[in-house]
Amino acid sequence: MSTVQPSEGIPGVLIESTEAAASLDFDDIQHFLMSRPPARAARYEFLTFASAKGGRAWLTGLIDKVGTAKAVGSNVADARWVTVGFTGNGLRALGLSEESLATFPEEFRQGMGARADILGLTGTNDPGHWVGELASPNLHAIVILFARDVAERERCRQEHEKYVRECEGVELLSALDLEGIPPFDYAHEHFGYRDRLSQPVIEGTGVEPTPGSGPPLKAGEFFLGYPDEEGSPAGMPQPETLSQNGSYVAYLRIEEHVGAFRDFLRQHGETPEQQEWVAAKLMGRWRSGAPLVVTPDQDDPALGADYSRNNDFNYGTMDPHGYGCPLGSHIRRMNPRDTAANMNRRKMIRRGGTYGPPLPEGAPEDGVERGIAAFVGCASLVRQFEFAMNVWANDPNFHELGNERDPIFGTQDGTFDMTIPKRPIRKKITGLTAFTTIRGGAYFFLPGIRALRYLASQ
Amino acid sequence: MATTAIETPATPKEKVRDWTKPAAMAIPKEGYFSQQNGRYGPIYPRTPACYGFTIIAKIKPGREETIRAYGTTIENAIGEVPDALATLKLHYLRWVLFDIGKDTYFMYQGIFDTDFDKYTEDAVALFKSLGVNTVFENLEGFPEDWKTNVPAFVKFVREHQCPSFLEYGEYPYVTADQIKKALKLKAAFSQMLDLMQ
Repeated sequence: MSTVQPSEGIPGVLIESTEAAASLDFDDIQHFLMSRPPARAARYEFLTFASAKGGRAWLTGLIDKVGTAKAVGSNVADARWVTVGFTGNGLRALGLSEESLATFPEEFRQGMGARADILGLTGTNDPGHWVGELASPNLHAIVILFARDVAERERCRQEHEKYVRECEGVELLSALDLEGIPPFDYAHEHFGYRDRLSQPVIEGTGVEPTPGSGPPLKAGEFFLGYPDEEGSPAGMPQPETLSQNGSYVAYLRIEEHVGAFRDFLRQHGETPEQQEWVAAKLMGRWRSGAPLVVTPDQDDPALGADYSRNNDFNYGTMDPHGYGCPLGSHIRRMNPRDTAANMNRRKMIRRGGTYGPPLPEGAPEDGVERGIAAFVGCASLVRQFEFAMNVWANDPNFHELGNERDPIFGTQDGTFDMTIPKRPIRKKITGLTAFTTIRGGAYFFLPGIRALRYLASQ
Repeated sequence: MATTAIETPATPKEKVRDWTKPAAMAIPKEGYFSQQNGRYGPIYPRTPACYGFTIIAKIKPGREETIRAYGTTIENAIGEVPDALATLKLHYLRWVLFDIGKDTYFMYQGIFDTDFDKYTEDAVALFKSLGVNTVFENLEGFPEDWKTNVPAFVKFVREHQCPSFLEYGEYPYVTADQIKKALKLKAAFSQMLDLMQ
């Protein structure tokens, strides 16, 4: 969620007239994975096209409103912040030929719902329980409307509603409103963890990676049509227009059970300090963002907020056994840093934000759905996103742990454990509760602007 | 500790494995008990003889000596960088060439501790960096663009995989890491006893 102003020091895009920057087509790339607009609210709308003609008409009228990396990066006052993406079924519904569709990767064409078991989305996370018709074959498109504030979002909602009514055969399946939760001065989610501490930086954007974040990665790791870390990738969508400046995104609507989470902390920590310690061990960082590898015994909020230091650590030499950051903690799974092979091929750009009202501290669980609606952007869903879900989040034997899954985000059904290495004796929590539930998800293709025009004009 | 409980598609995690009891497992023709999919297709089970695959493919005519020469290439590579293959979590590799009629076939058998589906891309990157890569290029039907097209590489491997119908382990379900740790401990213990004399 773009609740944070760029001035806070979160890496954004600084488009520079360097030689490297000249090779990236900022005019054609949708802004979404490149830069965050200074928005405090957003709305995701999920659409279906009953007719290809209607869908193409809708897209034709929308293209000029789609924010490019250049427009949003330059932060001009009238920048358009709309983002558009399509499912495989959506490309077909727009009239893309079967021949062309067959050139898209299999996992994208199948869709997230069909691959739920591969991702570990079983039990309560199974697509059978998903909301908003996200598991339906009728889900064809997503449009993301960013707004400076909630009032502006309402104006955008009304405007788009009116526009959709004018396009025959285009219907809204569901929508989700997002806004930042207080305190507004830093990005965090409903459990209270500081967010957006580790993001890959793309070569050619002019952004300097924060210390510990590794060198900038080739654009082809995130955008089609560019060399990636291994060279020029084969098997790109055809015709070629479609494979220029596009990306794939995996969408996940992740409900956070704040009441259950706080109950768990109270159950495993007698004092507020002990509860903070348990919360930190599950995540691998204190809720302030301070990394356990660097400050294992006590929180250091100044460190957590300092981007020159809060991502500057490794596991292999600084914490090989997990006495600081447990081997199975969330951040150690989702980014094993120096303890996994080919990390440059597994990086993902994370986007998204919080939805639902915050649950006040001390209040009992109110049963209202709240959580994170997240996007993972990449050039290969199977190599990047699906690997992270299959191997890092939900593989019980990750780091030879035997019977654990990601304690925050993995599919938990009360039968998995969490081991916290500790001297003299480790602490083992058995039968971990689910703190999150996946309420829906989908794979979208975010085409470049020229590709949008191609899709609209077939 | 004599037991480890690890969930695999073959066996529910409730089933406790005991390395002190030799075990055999008969495997259905398709190579798995119930179909569970990984990212690139069905997952093959962990057996008393660990995970593994046996890939058998016909070689291009006249390439036998080229393929044999890779034996030395790999020996030298491992001599220089002993942990070069660490990513693959291997116990053993066996490369065999044999004839059927006028054709020569290459058998690549690997025994390892991780479901191959999970680390396929890492394996491809490793083969490439070690120069093992081109041994495959001497096989018929191997995709020419394999270096940049992992799905095509995986398809070839899966199409040429011959699942075992029986696997046996004298010390079943033990990982290479566990064996190395146990031997290290034994060595340290012996050394300690020697020092105490």
